[in-house]
Amino acid sequence: MTSAISIQNVSKTYKTGFSALKAINLDIENGEIFALLGPNGAGKTTLISLICGIVTKTSGSIKVAGHDINSDYRAARKLIGLVPQELSLPIFETVWSTVKFSRALFGKPRDDAKLEAILKQLSLFDKKDAKINSLSGGMKRRVLIAKALAHEPSILFLDEPSAGVDVELRKDMWNVMRKLAEDGTTIILTTHYIEEAEMMADRVGVINKGEIILVEDKKVLMEKLGQKQLIVSLEEPLDRLPTKIAKLGFNLMQSGKKLSYQYDSKKEKPDIAKLITGLSAAQIAVADLSTQQSSLEDIFLDLVKK
Amino acid sequence: MNLVGTYAIFAFEMQRFFRTLMQSLIAPVISTALYFVVFGSAIGKQMTEIEGISYGSFIVPGMIMLALLGQSISNASFGIYFPKFSGTIFEYLSAPVSAFEMVIGFVGAAAVKSILIGVVILMTSYLFVPVKIMHPIWMIGFLLLTAITFSLFGFIIGLLADGFDRLQIIPLLVVTPLTFLGGSFYSIKVLPEFWQTVSYFNPVVYLISGFRWAFYEVSDVSLNIALSMTTGFLLLSLLGVWWIFHTGYKIKN
Repeated sequence: MTSAISIQNVSKTYKTGFSALKAINLDIENGEIFALLGPNGAGKTTLISLICGIVTKTSGSIKVAGHDINSDYRAARKLIGLVPQELSLPIFETVWSTVKFSRALFGKPRDDAKLEAILKQLSLFDKKDAKINSLSGGMKRRVLIAKALAHEPSILFLDEPSAGVDVELRKDMWNVMRKLAEDGTTIILTTHYIEEAEMMADRVGVINKGEIILVEDKKVLMEKLGQKQLIVSLEEPLDRLPTKIAKLGFNLMQSGKKLSYQYDSKKEKPDIAKLITGLSAAQIAVADLSTQQSSLEDIFLDLVKK
Repeated sequence: MNLVGTYAIFAFEMQRFFRTLMQSLIAPVISTALYFVVFGSAIGKQMTEIEGISYGSFIVPGMIMLALLGQSISNASFGIYFPKFSGTIFEYLSAPVSAFEMVIGFVGAAAVKSILIGVVILMTSYLFVPVKIMHPIWMIGFLLLTAITFSLFGFIIGLLADGFDRLQIIPLLVVTPLTFLGGSFYSIKVLPEFWQTVSYFNPVVYLISGFRWAFYEVSDVSLNIALSMTTGFLLLSLLGVWWIFHTGYKIKN
């Protein structure tokens, strides 16, 4: 089966010489929720804009359900709905007329019942005759989602859906996304909120400085989160790790003043008493004990720093 | 071809016009009436007939052209500039709509609007002076050709403009002077020979001459030249639009 989106060796260099994306390779599978995580300016929006036809790529190829976005752009674009980051809306129009316009622009025949269902799902139906400039920011964001869904796309892009949105609305939006995913829509969202990726995504891709540095199943990523580290600070630095201690599972840290012990907090409870007894048997004096847990944030920051 | 999408763009643009129907149509009616008062009644009395046509009647085609050019350019340039300015252009670019279909939607709407205004001015003229249209088919032909050409030209201005003030520069500094000096209110034959020669470099002269010929069979240049020059401008504008979309210049970076 062809991927929902297949990106091969795609790069983008702006006229200013700024290289926004460097040889990106990425496949997004049908029906998954994929979170593209990265700091500001990492190239998230550029990548989405390339796929949707708003920015032209410098090289490489992009296919949407097997349709090349250049040679077969109509077929490719019909499948895609885009919710941009900016609240770009025709402010003098009513909600209903702009959503109707979006559907027609994508060449779909008029279907008021369908649009009504979309607006109801987004709790917008009672605002359908309101002018867009009279709506709040959160409402405007929903109108953008309604516009993107108006032509019933099978792939939905959400660029920073949580930017400037309150907790309540964010949760509402997550529910809408989950509902869409259950109905088989492929969802790609960009975010710099790790919590959002954690809550929503099936897979997470980390992008930084125009490069995808990690693509991982969220569950695998979460397992890495389960890793805990016991750190033992020593009174006296060690030159080398005694064999007995190494057998217990300790590692000597760089300075020689600390020992570390890795364990998976979800699977095992370490027998700390045994470890300490082992240390005192080897006549190693302990100054302090601490535990550390790596979070997605740590993994992320660690990756991004490199 | 995405006919539904093309029509959606067209209808959306027309909607704005009809929403402000009163000001869209009353403004040209008032300015036409003013021209008749100033040029027709006040100054026109001092003027002799031009090639057997009373001055008031003579200026009717010129006034329609004046409005047609201005309206075509401003409608089309604003129509495409506004989505660029507000960011809503992302939707057009990400839709399964070709550049050609976008041009038909935007330029078509701008041309239809300015033709409607031209027709309103023509009807207003009937209230003030006798108007005769000897070649209605040619008249409609020139009306269409000019409206489309200058809507395309306006579309180019809107695509290239970097700010609202930029939208006005070319209409104010180039098009308005050329229209006034292009024989809207006089026959260039009344000019000294040197200025007549200069006038032949003014493209608007050909538009107005051809259009006026369709009314009264009087013209500063031959019909064939007028027609080929007008068609030439149309092709030039088309080429400009094609180049912009082809290269993505100022739309896609």
